[in-house]
Amino acid sequence: MDKLRLRFRKTGKAVYISHLDLMRVMQRIFLRAGTPIKYSEGFNPHALISICLPLSVGTASECELMDFRVTRDVDLAALPGTLNAVSPEGVRFLEAYEPERRAAQIKWLRMSCGFDYDTRDTSALLPALEAYFASPEVKVTRRTKRGEGEFGLAPHLREMSWTAEPGIVRLECLVSAQEPTVNPELLAASLREHAPELAPDFARFTRLETYDADMAVFR
Amino acid sequence: MDKALERILPAVQKPARYTGGEYNEVVKDKREVKLRMAFCFPDVYEIGMSNLGMRILYGCINAEPDIWCERVFAPWGDMAEQMRENHIPLYALESGDPVSAFDVLGFSLGYEMAYCTVLDMLDMSGIPLRSADRPGLVPLVFAGGTSCCNPEPMAPFLDLMVLGEGEEVDIEVLRLFQKARDEGWEKRRFLAEAARIPGVYVPSLYEPEWNADGTLRAMTPLEGAPERVTKRIVSNLDAAYYPTAPIVPSTEIVHDRVNVELFRGCVRGCRFCQAGYVYRPIRARSAERVIEIGKESLKNTGCQEATLLSLSSSDYKHLTAACDGLLDWCEPQNISLSLPSLRADNFSMELMSRLQKVRRGGLTFAPEAGTQRLRDVINKNVTEEELLNTCRIAFEGGWNAIKLYFMLGLPTETDEDVRGIAELASKVLHVWRQYSPNKQRGVRITVSTSCFIPKPHSPFQWEAQVPMEEYRRRVELLRGSITAKNVSYNWHDADTSFVEAALSRGDRRVADVIEAVWRAGGRMEAWSDYFRFGRWMEAFSSCGLDPAFYASRERAEDELLPWCRIDMGVRTGLLLRERHRAYEARLSPDCRAECSACGAAKLLEEGVCDG
Repeated sequence: MDKLRLRFRKTGKAVYISHLDLMRVMQRIFLRAGTPIKYSEGFNPHALISICLPLSVGTASECELMDFRVTRDVDLAALPGTLNAVSPEGVRFLEAYEPERRAAQIKWLRMSCGFDYDTRDTSALLPALEAYFASPEVKVTRRTKRGEGEFGLAPHLREMSWTAEPGIVRLECLVSAQEPTVNPELLAASLREHAPELAPDFARFTRLETYDADMAVFR
Repeated sequence: MDKALERILPAVQKPARYTGGEYNEVVKDKREVKLRMAFCFPDVYEIGMSNLGMRILYGCINAEPDIWCERVFAPWGDMAEQMRENHIPLYALESGDPVSAFDVLGFSLGYEMAYCTVLDMLDMSGIPLRSADRPGLVPLVFAGGTSCCNPEPMAPFLDLMVLGEGEEVDIEVLRLFQKARDEGWEKRRFLAEAARIPGVYVPSLYEPEWNADGTLRAMTPLEGAPERVTKRIVSNLDAAYYPTAPIVPSTEIVHDRVNVELFRGCVRGCRFCQAGYVYRPIRARSAERVIEIGKESLKNTGCQEATLLSLSSSDYKHLTAACDGLLDWCEPQNISLSLPSLRADNFSMELMSRLQKVRRGGLTFAPEAGTQRLRDVINKNVTEEELLNTCRIAFEGGWNAIKLYFMLGLPTETDEDVRGIAELASKVLHVWRQYSPNKQRGVRITVSTSCFIPKPHSPFQWEAQVPMEEYRRRVELLRGSITAKNVSYNWHDADTSFVEAALSRGDRRVADVIEAVWRAGGRMEAWSDYFRFGRWMEAFSSCGLDPAFYASRERAEDELLPWCRIDMGVRTGLLLRERHRAYEARLSPDCRAECSACGAAKLLEEGVCDG
């Protein structure tokens, strides 16, 4: 037993913890729990912790994965409970195991999106939203390391399922998790850019599940 | 989470500081508790959460099962703007409830430049700024902290102030308030009763009168309020409450580590130093308790660094025992110990060498003045020889960056003293050239100067601050005198020093200036991002006051000072003796070499100072 993986939830107040801060939060959780995590060798030792798919500040998740290394065997069944007892609000560990696959094989993320419309009739907006995102032309301007560019969203969105409730339109869909990474915030950005009449007053997102390229649940 | 808040958080910088939910935060059932207090820190989360005093009092008040104390910090500008635009009142981190729903607001007043932020936090809570405009008993708005040793500039805004250490007096005030609320007392009756608690200053029970020249003529106690309010202390630190399960912030703060307090007070008696006088008498923790606190806190937080805090750690009698005990436990677990506030002597360097085995970056020393004469004036008992010797050990041991802190504008300072700073820095550089085993790595010597600000309750409380043009001239003189390219020079801005000096020795009329600055948009004035000098000058002039009257005027020794009703433990006779010795450049021995009978020992239950 050397490399291990934890699946955890990051919800509520914890969604505002940035990726960098979360690394430190995790390290301290391990230290409080007495988990024998492994450190890098060298001048400035740091805990060998890696979060598989960094999450944007403000996005919640039911399915975060974190790889780490230990110096001796730990009780995997007991580990989530031990860690939960010393975790901040909103960080909850679900499962610990020895991973069989590399995180690079994650391809799709199931997302739950909530679009708030404070004053508009959501049942009237619903067909327009469906039609907008059904188009193979749906795109957004996004900034990357190489500068600003037009980005076609359509190939990287799948299985969109829409429902309307008073004040809120809900969308469950798959977005590409890696190569390319599609931040679901781009959906709202695309509306603001190309269909402002459909743009929500506020949008919130939750990651629900991770899949590989063949749509098998990734663990 | 509140929906309005959920909407603005993605739009602000570092939202994690506005949510609470950190590990070890104290959450109680609000229906079960009898009293709710909002502990208000008039600066951002990163600063407030780094403040040991707040950590101690938060834990200490929450140790009372039926009182729930929650944290409130000042939002940074972007968040404050969003909150105002979206009509979100200031709220406490634990419950998310608006501050206006609390029974008590307790402000921590650590530095003068935070005064406007106190007003802003009251306003963001929808609470009237002035005590006189809050006729009801609830909420009680009070304050404590070092700045309260001159309570007058903030007097009209606060119902009461507590002086000295809050562990005991805060609870006494809260319990009396609880009784008053439950029995439906009038505010006036409660305040008169509270004024009888030792350490409590009720500003509305002291009436200032002025002479024609603007100085204070009288400060009359009303309704049986005490002639002098004596600060409170905790006599026995080993028995005192100390938080060993402190909140672990989920986002980075300024001092993100476990704090272990070694002792309170200082034996040195540097004449410019307010802390050295107002935190007396000396009370030490035992090494065993220090080790116990350190271990427990590290276990309970998962921090990888602990720092041992005091005003002058080299003067802690059990320093070696405490460090050894903690190192034995920390070293095998990769936990590092840091020890700020060391004196520049051999003993301290040996200790530093043991603490910092690998990462040897920078060391900081504060000679405060450039010549021996001026160091004698301020009673800074460090010689050039000691300093250079310490630097030699540091360079030989692999350190390659030294920061040197000085003040400009100290009483009796001449151009020779100013140039002395540059000479001292070049001597340090010379020591490096002579003794560094690895010159290829280079060296960084940083000289920093701040402008001397005379503070209440220090021997220099009567002194004039040098005019700002003169301060700037001395900065330029020093700049021109520093020629070596390995020596860099930073200096503190003159404008803030001038305003701080006016506030720190201000009287009750200065409250109008603070309010006028806030009305003109002033908040977070300790941050250069927000500080506007012009706003302060306009406010002084619109209130008919001259800031130079407070900052740059020497007081006669018999002048009635605005803090005359406050007794911080040290007798005025000693402050005067020290002031006179300063002018003779005559040193006073430290408390261990010879007790100066300063008077602070009278505050102790057993009456024995550890000095």
